[in-house]
Amino acid sequence: MKRVYVNEERCLGCHLCEYWCAYANSGEKDIMTAFKLGKDATPRINVEDDGDVHFAVQCRHCDDTPCVKACITGALSCNDGVVEINRDKCVGCYTCVLTCPYGCIVIDKKNGGKTVTKCELCTDNSNGEPVCVRECINGAIVFEER
Amino acid sequence: MSVNYIPAVFEVLRDTDRCIKCRACERQCANEVHYFDEDFDKMQVIEAQCVDCQRCVTICPTSALKIRKNQNEFREGANYPQKLIIENYLQAQTGAVLLSSMGNPVDLPVYWDKILINASQVTNPSIDPLREPMETKVYLGKKSLDIKRGDDGEIIPDTEYPQLELDVPIMFSAMSYGSISYNAHESLARAATQLGTFYNTGEGGLHKDFYKYGPNTIVQVASGRFGVSKQYLDQGAAIEIKMGQGAKPGIGGHLPGKKVNADVSQTRMIPMGTDAISPAPHHDIYSIEDLRQLIFSLKEATEYKKPVMVKIAAVHNVAAIASGIARSGADILVLDGFRGGTGAAPTRIRDNVGIPIELALAAVDQRLRDEHIRNEVSVVVAGSVRSSADCVKAFALGADACYIGTAALLAIGCHLCRSCHGAKCNWGIATQRADLVRRLNPDFAYKRLVNLVHAWDHEIKEMMGGMGINSIESLKGNRLMLRGVGLNDRELEILGIKHAGE
Amino acid sequence: MNYVIIGNSAAAIGAIEGIRAYDKDGSVTLISDEKYFTYSRPLISYWLKNSVTDENMKYRDPDFYEKNNVTTMLGETVTAISANEKTVTTASGKTIAFDKLLCATGSKPFVPKTEGYEKVKNVFTFMKFDDAKAIKEVLTADSKVLIVGAGLIGLKAAEAVHEYTENITVIDLADRILSSILDEDAAKIMQTHISDKGVTFKLGTSVKVFSENSAELQNGETVDFDILIMAVGVRPNTELVSAAGGKVNRGIITDKTQLVDGLKDIYAAGDCTESIDITTGDSKILALLPNAFLQGEVAGKNMAGNLCYYVNAIPMNAIGFFGLHIITAGSYTGDTYVVTDGENYKKLITKDDKLVGFILMGDVDRAGIYTSLIKEHIALSECNFDLLKDKPLMAAFSKIRRNKKLAESH
Repeated sequence: MKRVYVNEERCLGCHLCEYWCAYANSGEKDIMTAFKLGKDATPRINVEDDGDVHFAVQCRHCDDTPCVKACITGALSCNDGVVEINRDKCVGCYTCVLTCPYGCIVIDKKNGGKTVTKCELCTDNSNGEPVCVRECINGAIVFEER
Repeated sequence: MSVNYIPAVFEVLRDTDRCIKCRACERQCANEVHYFDEDFDKMQVIEAQCVDCQRCVTICPTSALKIRKNQNEFREGANYPQKLIIENYLQAQTGAVLLSSMGNPVDLPVYWDKILINASQVTNPSIDPLREPMETKVYLGKKSLDIKRGDDGEIIPDTEYPQLELDVPIMFSAMSYGSISYNAHESLARAATQLGTFYNTGEGGLHKDFYKYGPNTIVQVASGRFGVSKQYLDQGAAIEIKMGQGAKPGIGGHLPGKKVNADVSQTRMIPMGTDAISPAPHHDIYSIEDLRQLIFSLKEATEYKKPVMVKIAAVHNVAAIASGIARSGADILVLDGFRGGTGAAPTRIRDNVGIPIELALAAVDQRLRDEHIRNEVSVVVAGSVRSSADCVKAFALGADACYIGTAALLAIGCHLCRSCHGAKCNWGIATQRADLVRRLNPDFAYKRLVNLVHAWDHEIKEMMGGMGINSIESLKGNRLMLRGVGLNDRELEILGIKHAGE
Repeated sequence: MNYVIIGNSAAAIGAIEGIRAYDKDGSVTLISDEKYFTYSRPLISYWLKNSVTDENMKYRDPDFYEKNNVTTMLGETVTAISANEKTVTTASGKTIAFDKLLCATGSKPFVPKTEGYEKVKNVFTFMKFDDAKAIKEVLTADSKVLIVGAGLIGLKAAEAVHEYTENITVIDLADRILSSILDEDAAKIMQTHISDKGVTFKLGTSVKVFSENSAELQNGETVDFDILIMAVGVRPNTELVSAAGGKVNRGIITDKTQLVDGLKDIYAAGDCTESIDITTGDSKILALLPNAFLQGEVAGKNMAGNLCYYVNAIPMNAIGFFGLHIITAGSYTGDTYVVTDGENYKKLITKDDKLVGFILMGDVDRAGIYTSLIKEHIALSECNFDLLKDKPLMAAFSKIRRNKKLAESH
């Protein structure tokens, strides 16, 4: 199963993936609109910085799916290896935030935290491929089988 | 503190309608030009620190940035242009020698651009390289004069002298680990290996990680003898003695101690944090005879299995010097022109010392031929070979192969901001700062190098085909294929070419 | 193979998914005393406050039973299990045979005996969908609501009821709210937050005597109400297993495969069982939906013949009231590190070079990283704990562990 991995040795901590991710999932017409006019698109990828160490983290789409198992509403589900969220069902209890060992469930601050959101490998937008991988300026983020 | 006379060289223009304040520019600028101003909720710049490396412009996701020359102007004057005034201010401020990097940017003649290439029409057929075999492989090294044949009449391959076999007639010139980064070195090494050509360690020694690329490595021995050991010599396919460098003829090198980190220290075999000073001369070479001793010491050490190269800067008596080197036992002579690059050189030297490679090459090739010793050495030219056309002209002027340095760095992201001496290369090339080095991904960079050389090789074949020539060997020294434009008789005479129309 | 599952909530669904992961063909029969399609119990408060529709109460897609080939017997109450004959009997007199049985019977509200309680007409508990529906029937903008119990259920009820009326009084014997999951300081912040919405608290006291529309408290005060919600606590439904000969302490005792101690082929999972809290080593009831699901899943897999264990259980909670969120996990005895700004609260509890528990309120981003430290027994000396104190970050892990977590397939 192909998943997104980040090569820490290559990640520059530029945080551009966060912006591309947020834009790609915002439904806005261009990246500028996604962050202008008071809109503040929420990224599903998160770059961590600790001195010279940088790496992006997003849903691992792990086989174990503790978030899916913990979800109190059935909003989270795993389909063909992709952990997906039905935002309509999510009530924002954050039990998935509690259980995700990678800290990859993102509280959607844009809607006041009423739901969570997460990486769905860009299967739910028009990109067709993970946009963080496509836009990474240093090839640090890869989409591959391991 | 007094008034600072030195204005910003560049202006950083930001389209705030486009800027989304992602701060990537801020995070990626090692010169700390950009910063986020929380009070005004916008990005600000400190323009004086900008070197126009274009990193921020390139990565900006909304194309919100542009950098241009500072539009502020001093009063015009041909004798004292603004640049010169500022340089004087700077020296008055610091009392120091001006430092620069990369090649000489001064508006001096580029003879490549005044030479045009021939093509076949009617009386001799041109060749389509896509349909017919075209040879760009070359061998570098001393050649035997006689052709030996076996009893069956077949030619016996000349194996008397060691040769370097190049699948493409282009090599990557000497850039030391220290002046450029580990990742840059890895990229060059991998590209050379894939291309079937060679890269050059420069005078910084060879990192153990790169021993595996040894068959495509030229190891350099320079005046500081950094990193030179039996093991080092054994790794390389050839050994290059660096007598001089086009960018700074007559002077040595100086790698500041702050760039000598653990890895560089190990590779150069010097203590960490110490300045690595390459003396101006080799202290054991004061004559051609001394040079011959070093050449044969190195041959002895490597059992005469590797060609020994001697690299000199193109200077006034270059032909005579070349003749001496050809007689000293060197297998390959490298000529480095005055527009060659450097990681750091005194500005006045870089911009005022040395001569154009085109003239040096023509003079040397002619002299060696006149003295019937052209077979004693191969001639490689460096010092600003900028395109496949420059290569073709070099071959026709007599070069056996070309070295590219600046062009190779361009392939891996260099934007020629000429700030290498600052050691904060935002492209991860001319720096040892780990966070910056990381920006150069060798997986991408080596492919770009391979692409560049493949493209050039293809163009060389096209141009040769146009002339009806199907191998570098047939083009070599074929000055009839060249014509000058806008050159005076003396220049044409030295270049050994006719004027266009003749 | 003939599987029978008693119950229709998280543990039961976990079991079905566990069974079907290994056995696509065996027959699965699900018996539940509730008539509903599997729904999420914790959602009843959301439903009551109209933020979840009837359709979205469903815990799984509407075709879940068909897709998993499950025969349901809804509205059917199991009255007995015969361990010897391997059958269950229902209130309507049916006898159903099983090869493997799962008891996912959950828990029921505990209502303490209080003088005058029988006089109260509008009294409810708050556990099932029907409870929420019944409350909605009587709730109006003029309702005066008394909630006994300032725990998770009581306060969730208060939050839901607040959608209709602000006249809400919550009383609890403990001197602070949410005493099972919060320390004093955190409880105070939450209490202030909820009080600001108009909810009245009477703490450190209990009801001495009820009359039809008022309650006289031990502290002498009287609270008038027209709706009473009892949310004092819950008790596990262990009677069936106990009668069948299974071992029961407070909850049903099982081994790590969820097999009931003392019985063959009878498993138990969810709020009716006890499990070992790895942060203390104690066997206790961890009445939480994620635990129930995981126990059920493990039970299901074992029932289908695939040996696996339920281990690494810890108490944990993610809950929010009026927009202020809490995430807690583990136990709270040990050295503490506390940061608070009056609104956000963070307490990390460490013991023997391990993180054993935490309380987060307000800023709960990425709390799961803390949870993983507890669950995976990661030595703090191996991490950058200073970084972790600031916020949960993968960067705090050693490079080797980080690579294991992020660079390998999971």
